[in-house]
Amino acid sequence: MTALASGLALLPGDMPVWHARTGDGPWLEAAHRAARSGARLVALWGGAGEAHAAYALPEGLVWLSLPCPGESPACPDLSALFPAAGRMQRAMADLCGIAARGAADTRPWLDHGLWPDSRAGRDYPFVRVSGDGVHEIPVGPVHAGIIEPGHFRFSVVGEKVLRLEARLGYTHKGISRRFTELAPEDACRLAGRVSGDSTVATAWAYCMALEAACGTHVPERARWLRALLLERERIANHLGDLGALGNDAGFAAGLAQFSRLREDWLRLSKDCFGHRLLMDCVKPGGVAADLPPQGADALRRQCDRVERELGALRDIYDGHAGLQDRFLGTGRVDPPLATALGLTGLAGRASGIAADLRCDQPWAPYERLDVRMATHRNGDVAARVAVRFDEVAESLRLLRALLDGLPAGPVATPLNTPAENALGAGRTEGWRGEVMVALAFDAQGGRLRFCHAHDPSWQNWPVLEHAVMGNIVPDFPLINKSFNLSYSGHDL
Amino acid sequence: MNAPGLFSQLLEVLIALALAPLLTGWVNQCRAWLLNKSAPPLTQPYRKLHKLFHKELVLAEHASSLYRAVPYLVFGCMALACAIIPTLSTDLPLSPAADAVALVGLFALARVFQSLAAMDVGTAFGTLGARREMLIGFLAEPALLMVLFSASLLSRSTSLTTLVDLFAHRELAIYPSLAFAGVAFTLVSLAENARIPVDNPATHLELTMVHEALLLEYSGRHLALLEWAASLKLFAYSCAGLALFFPWGIADARTPQAMLLALPLLAAKLTLGGALLALLETASAKMRIFRVPEFLGSAFLLAVIGMLVNILLGV
Repeated sequence: MTALASGLALLPGDMPVWHARTGDGPWLEAAHRAARSGARLVALWGGAGEAHAAYALPEGLVWLSLPCPGESPACPDLSALFPAAGRMQRAMADLCGIAARGAADTRPWLDHGLWPDSRAGRDYPFVRVSGDGVHEIPVGPVHAGIIEPGHFRFSVVGEKVLRLEARLGYTHKGISRRFTELAPEDACRLAGRVSGDSTVATAWAYCMALEAACGTHVPERARWLRALLLERERIANHLGDLGALGNDAGFAAGLAQFSRLREDWLRLSKDCFGHRLLMDCVKPGGVAADLPPQGADALRRQCDRVERELGALRDIYDGHAGLQDRFLGTGRVDPPLATALGLTGLAGRASGIAADLRCDQPWAPYERLDVRMATHRNGDVAARVAVRFDEVAESLRLLRALLDGLPAGPVATPLNTPAENALGAGRTEGWRGEVMVALAFDAQGGRLRFCHAHDPSWQNWPVLEHAVMGNIVPDFPLINKSFNLSYSGHDL
Repeated sequence: MNAPGLFSQLLEVLIALALAPLLTGWVNQCRAWLLNKSAPPLTQPYRKLHKLFHKELVLAEHASSLYRAVPYLVFGCMALACAIIPTLSTDLPLSPAADAVALVGLFALARVFQSLAAMDVGTAFGTLGARREMLIGFLAEPALLMVLFSASLLSRSTSLTTLVDLFAHRELAIYPSLAFAGVAFTLVSLAENARIPVDNPATHLELTMVHEALLLEYSGRHLALLEWAASLKLFAYSCAGLALFFPWGIADARTPQAMLLALPLLAAKLTLGGALLALLETASAKMRIFRVPEFLGSAFLLAVIGMLVNILLGV
């Protein structure tokens, strides 16, 4: 831990986070040490004239800040050590003007040449594949289905995909800037909208960071309710994905059944917490509302029903020859490749990377729940389906445990006044993977100097391109859906 | 050409044109029920055709005259196919003009031109779909020919009316060669009509489309004609299957009044067939495109076994 960099100071808060300000040399040295020790790069971003990097170590999160002054600010390149850093550095260059010195790929990323002070051209230089019979298929950014915009450029021979290159950034909204313009307590609503399907995970991480910076302790009951919301969000998303995966393989009956389960799930969320997708249920200092008195029984009954039906549906999925033929061996990411590229979250666990924040760094109330991690080694679509099924089953168990052990007491507390320049970081395990929010107050302690909300999609988008290689074109939608990455959370 | 013959011929074409969208609507309705969904009305395909015929036609800038001609050509091919397949009566004046082999040729002609039109405007999805369509076509057509040949061996003629006449007028017995041919025909029909497990008519994923990719750039009345043609194709295949393997009730030249009974019987058979198709589709997933050769290879093999059984055992 202390070997990574000198001057590390433990920040207050629920999660162990150490912070230090470094120079160019120690920044690079820390990255080397982190890579050698097998630490993961969680996030890399720019804010308030500094480059920031967060590494996940077994003991906790190490957050390093590198001041980048001058006319053309720059920081050393980390993408040679952590491939996932490549796009984060390109985004940092677009958003803050901090360039990565010596990076192999310095193409603009979020900047599409449409901003007033844009540095990008209108034509994006895709990597071309040449050879006999190779041709390109451009897909998107507007798709036939109701999904978010993103452009995919396939280089194919016949049906075989030689290379896929994604171009994202179509949903860039200027979230990072907006954080600094809002009152920190109100900005929680913004955090909950960074990626709509991970609203609880991101809002909780934001609140964790804010509460850490303010030195506020959240009441016990609020923590348990937050965990309840997080697990409900996980199950809602997994149910949706499992149905969509069946549908993308032409098995519409799967979608029909899972959609029904998900719809019932969302309706009960609306009844118990006031919002189908649980937006704005987590707020700084606690949760927005307590569980209504008859809510716990309704939630318990629903857990039993979903568990029963899920078992039947899993038998159908596992026993369906046509479906298994589509799932097995498709979009494979072997464990060594996954480790090398820094695959994270659910997709990582399906490729043998046993990392789940609820198990590795259990924060309250997860330290009392003994979460069992779902992992798989095959790394194909079938493995990601299996991990989803396992995680739903485990989350149902957690929901019951959370309802049984729900402590009494208040569900919210007012925030304390933050110290000037206070820092805070929060991490949660969303359904897609680890969500991290890091923020800093300004000198007056009234506004945020910067706030970065990191979605695990940053790590996993580049891996999707590898997962598709060598597969056939019509399998791409299935592989893409098995990852189901966020556009909005990534484009910021 | 006699008057009843002309009448039955006209009636057949009209019934095909009118009822084909209904069959598509029925299959969609059954699919929706099997998925626990509230089903669209039976008339939904007619509404869609009506809507499309009244919509503006948008043409790609680089579309050639081939692109504009193809919807009419494909529609014509499918209407003609419906005309030469005995659905209600075997007294069809047009039937000597085209036998079973010509029927396969007719489907192939439509396929080739539709694929050419899809490549004509030069979009990636059209070309992708055309390539897949040709892959499926070149495997399905020989299998279909083999099915028709093994039936022809029994009647010693490739004329469809002779075939059906013969099958309809003998006592109920199971012919092993026809049983094999029947299974093969079912597999080929699924592939030819872009149904699950070969293609997914309900998908919105451009990258996985086969038949839908060919229609992507079409709009307005062109699209209406192509959609109608697809319904006609499904109708033609269903009727061909019924005529070959369940021919009872089809009127012949000697008894034109039997057509009164033939129509409700046909409707009953199609209702049952459509429900079975929906059931088959709901229970299956779409296969990977490179499994299609195996799928159609089995169809071909079954048809060949049917022929061998016929030649070796004479049944």
